[in-house]
Amino acid sequence: MWQWLKQLYHRLGSPKWFYEITEKWIPWLAVLSALGCVAGLVLGLAYAPADYLQGNSFRIIYIHVPAAILAQSAFMMMAVAGAVYLIWKMKMAAWVAKVVAPIGASFCLIALFTGAIWGKPTWGTWWVWDARLTSMLLLLFLYFGVIALQQAMDSEESGYKAGAILALVGLVNIPIIKYSVEWWNTLHQPATLKLTEKPSMHPDMLIPLLIMIVTTYLFFALLVILRTRNEILWHERKRQWVKEILEN
Amino acid sequence: MEFNSFAEFLAMGNHGFYVWLSYGLSAVVIAWNVVQPVLRRRRLIKEQAQRLRREKKHASQA
Repeated sequence: MWQWLKQLYHRLGSPKWFYEITEKWIPWLAVLSALGCVAGLVLGLAYAPADYLQGNSFRIIYIHVPAAILAQSAFMMMAVAGAVYLIWKMKMAAWVAKVVAPIGASFCLIALFTGAIWGKPTWGTWWVWDARLTSMLLLLFLYFGVIALQQAMDSEESGYKAGAILALVGLVNIPIIKYSVEWWNTLHQPATLKLTEKPSMHPDMLIPLLIMIVTTYLFFALLVILRTRNEILWHERKRQWVKEILEN
Repeated sequence: MEFNSFAEFLAMGNHGFYVWLSYGLSAVVIAWNVVQPVLRRRRLIKEQAQRLRREKKHASQA
């Protein structure tokens, strides 16, 4: 097991290995994300029953919740990749941290504006400064901060390092987002899904949500792969194996 | 199916504006996420292939 993990680590650290293996993954991830998106949205928008309190506006959940979950997962991934770079100086980890940042930020943005739009018919207001909404807005600013630091430094390496440190410090915000609906009085409803409890949602509503969450992760994997491959091509452009790709 | 007609589906029981605005804006962000790396890859390959050809030419002339 340990040997296997070590081997995997060294492979992931090799840009050439990553570039070649992901070539085969891209079409699968693209097809699965497209199918999942169609299935989840058709079931969620047309077949799930309307919420007895909120009516049809609750259907925003099928983009809002997956985007919010992903924005937090992506931030954690960015921090872990940053830590790997700080500790072992693995270039691939720095590139992954760099490409995850704008993707995570864009999903955080989706979560925020779909939440605001959902809030209008549900709470009667687009925005309140409560704990959940504010901590989610802070997550967006943390993403912007990491992106700015990655690009602001004189050398690429010190940019990666500064970004990684802010990402690690910003991790504090993740449990705050999670527990914000329990620790403080808030307009935001409590979590729809909990890992430790049986869901309270009707299966016809729940299944499309689960499909959308899984699909969002697959789509995220696709986006990270596409962008990481671009970073690899750029940074390894003087290597022989990249030259061979360019000549074809 | 929750709706009896396509018009009813679009109306979303008076919540159509909110539902479709959410999904419409999200679609724009998601499309940007796909288009951005695809365009960057094209540009990158084009520029680097050009550089490579230039360097070869210089090498053969020298």
